[in-house]
Amino acid sequence: MSDHHNETFLSKYIFSLDHKMIAKQFLITGMFMGVVGMLMSILFRLQLSNPGESFAVLEWFLGEKWAPGGVLDPNMYLALVTMHGTILIFWVLTAGLTGTFANFLIPLQIGARDMASGFINMLSYWFFFAATVVLLTSLFVETGPAAAGWTIYPPLSALPQAIPGSGLGQDLWLIAMTLFIVSSLLGGLNYIVTILNLRTKGMSMTRLPLVMWALFIVAILGVLSFPVLLSASLLLVFDRTFGTSFYLSDIVIAGEALHHTGGSPILFEHLFWFLGHPEVYIILLPALGIVSEVISVNSRKPIFGYKAMVISLMAIAFLSFIVWGHHMFITGMDPFLGSVFTFTTLLIAIPSAVKVFNYLATLWRGSIRFTPAMLFAIGFVSTFITGGLTGIVLGDSALDINVHDTYFVVGHFHIVMGLSAIYGMFAGVYHWFPKMYGKMMNKKLGYIHFWVTFISAYGVFFPMHFLGLAGLPRRYYSNTAFPMFEGLTNINEIITFFAIVGGIVQVLFIFNFFYSIFYGTKASKNPWGSTTLEWTTPIERIHGNWPGEIPTVKRWAYDYSKPGYDIDFVPQTESLKEGEEEH
Amino acid sequence: MTNVFIVVISFLLVVTLVQLVRVGQLLGDIRKKDFNIVTESDNKRQSFLMLIVGLTFLTSCVWQYFAWNPLLLPSASSEHGVIIDELMRFTMILIISVFFLLHLFLFYFLHKYKKSSDKHKAYYYTHNNKLEFIWTIVPAIILTGVILYGLNVWDRITNADTSEASVIEVYGKQFGWSARYPGEDQKLGSYDYKLVGGANALGIDIDDENSLDDKVTRELHLVEGKPVLLKLRSQDIIHSAFMPHFRVQMNCVPGMTTQFTFTPTKTTKEMKMLEGDDFEYVLLCNKICGVAHYNMQMKVVVETQEEYDAWLLKQNTLSEKLLTQK
Repeated sequence: MSDHHNETFLSKYIFSLDHKMIAKQFLITGMFMGVVGMLMSILFRLQLSNPGESFAVLEWFLGEKWAPGGVLDPNMYLALVTMHGTILIFWVLTAGLTGTFANFLIPLQIGARDMASGFINMLSYWFFFAATVVLLTSLFVETGPAAAGWTIYPPLSALPQAIPGSGLGQDLWLIAMTLFIVSSLLGGLNYIVTILNLRTKGMSMTRLPLVMWALFIVAILGVLSFPVLLSASLLLVFDRTFGTSFYLSDIVIAGEALHHTGGSPILFEHLFWFLGHPEVYIILLPALGIVSEVISVNSRKPIFGYKAMVISLMAIAFLSFIVWGHHMFITGMDPFLGSVFTFTTLLIAIPSAVKVFNYLATLWRGSIRFTPAMLFAIGFVSTFITGGLTGIVLGDSALDINVHDTYFVVGHFHIVMGLSAIYGMFAGVYHWFPKMYGKMMNKKLGYIHFWVTFISAYGVFFPMHFLGLAGLPRRYYSNTAFPMFEGLTNINEIITFFAIVGGIVQVLFIFNFFYSIFYGTKASKNPWGSTTLEWTTPIERIHGNWPGEIPTVKRWAYDYSKPGYDIDFVPQTESLKEGEEEH
Repeated sequence: MTNVFIVVISFLLVVTLVQLVRVGQLLGDIRKKDFNIVTESDNKRQSFLMLIVGLTFLTSCVWQYFAWNPLLLPSASSEHGVIIDELMRFTMILIISVFFLLHLFLFYFLHKYKKSSDKHKAYYYTHNNKLEFIWTIVPAIILTGVILYGLNVWDRITNADTSEASVIEVYGKQFGWSARYPGEDQKLGSYDYKLVGGANALGIDIDDENSLDDKVTRELHLVEGKPVLLKLRSQDIIHSAFMPHFRVQMNCVPGMTTQFTFTPTKTTKEMKMLEGDDFEYVLLCNKICGVAHYNMQMKVVVETQEEYDAWLLKQNTLSEKLLTQK
């Protein structure tokens, strides 16, 4: 393996087979989509805080058709909400997060030259890219993009008569999602095979860094659950296009009685959430893994309870397959089923609590170094606590009756899934940037980025719990149609203010990212004093990762501040001293 | 013109930023140290900020609670709503305590254990099975309590006795609601979606003799203290009948009938005395259903039996409405 075989621009940057380049492609596409999704949220936040008011910026972005006179059209509002959810959940926090860090870290941390199949890996990105193009195209069709919510429940998503977005926009959404699922499956299989087969000598499963465990489990979750969404989408395509009745029954719409009988929209909900709930953990687990690494490195302490951390990851992943019904407590399903799902759902709180306690125990008596990555990891612990706790309300079927589909839910999942995962992603980028580009990201900009993000994110999502407890449903174009919600406008103004501040400060991050790629100060080989294998590679980031032999692993990944050593970390490649216990 | 200004100002801001960062880097070069390595004073400043911002955040949570408490839903207006509210209070006290406790630990540890010198080493502590067992088992026990309590409440709500309940149908379509009362025979007539059309908006089968005395209304009237069994249907897509004051919510799904039983306990008049004259109960749609989803509502009135009877008497039966037209 050498770096010097003939590489054209095309083979190096575009159709690259190198896992590090593919990871960067995922990251930058994910960041781009993140900006798009966030801009959308700011557009509809303007409407929510100032219902019916005219904003030049809306007309500028959306045009005369979707924002006549600068006032957001209600159909476009629903389309923006739908696309915001789709983009953030799938494009940013699934592909952007897992795609980046699984591709980048797996070969480097387990000691492999590349992924098991570089070609499949490249296909995975290009399917994702195609999905991105199709999804973005749907923004420009005449009837608007999909608007039935990111959960695309039929019949709304099946009938163009019900909402304009369910025309061509929904078709493109389904095509994009199909491409996305193919990408995710190709990637997932590759991750699993690589971790199982390509670990270097000495790298037993129990010596894997936690982020490897997280990405491994996530890949399994994805491979098991995404095909279910694929089949659900295919049946929906059949209903939409070929006149079948899987999800449709007894419908009169726009004055016309449709021929469909015998189907059930609830069937779609079951299929959808069978993916949809594991998906939440597909988003969260990589962040849990990244945060475990970053906290341990920057506390200069081994992660507390490595085994418990692995087992709780597995427990969360397993439970995530048997809790999907908690999204459906009020669909009229058998109350007994509701009880079962309440039981399994609340069980997730146990492994989650273990994780939080173990993080706190890792910080306890550490020697904490506040890098920007560490700050985001800390932010993650905070949002994981806050958002996880409100899950105990929502998972309880009896309590869910009155907060279901209100802003309480919006607050809950944005904090526990959205913020936590995005903090995990930021932590990962700040932490591994020196390995990705050989440069350091600017520390001070990182600090400002963190503090403004942390404050404004809580400013956006914490007040939403109160909106929900006041009974305000989500996906409402405005709260002015009901006198009982009139007092809530002032909370909405606060939320929008913080959303705009939080949005603007992301410019700092993007600036810092691209500036540092070109003009950042040169990074040393192991700037954070980390034990794991990726920091034994040369700064030049060559094909095949290590110039000579792949190193052999002699110990676990968390020997920080080990007694008997002068420095406060012992790399995994260092042999155990005589009489030294592993841990 | 303003647009030009905005573009120019943003451009200048970016340029300023670039120059500032460069100056920082050059200064670092001159002092021969890496500008981006975290120093002792960074740790001091950031951990202090963590403490201050953290405590401010916790304080602001308390402030939000007191400032916005009056905006929240009033206490429940139904029998089962009261036990839901109790369960909610119990759960909230539990999670809010844990929220404060864990955050205080987090911010305290971050402040206390900041890296202060290179000589100081962290405590090498990999695991403690006993401790980990305790903090697995304690949440498990607490959650068992939460689960049992929650399931008990759920069971009481979903297995409510419907034998005494009066049956009312609630029917949703884009973008409005109607209610159907069974009339004197206490039986709702059958329906078929293919009959929907014209004045027969609910697709009622008029050949069914139970249908003739059914009454379709634009408001939902309920009797104080009398259990009601709502039968929910939808004409087109999934809607969700949400009555937040009663802690009632159930989806309306095309092709099937769903149901919810509850007993209202406070009349609209009583609520007006408590909450102000403009108070009204309301049934709203809580499942995304299209362009006017945000305004799909029906007025709900809770009244005494006499008022209710008088109101119902005034409503036309289906036979009056449909057959006279024929």
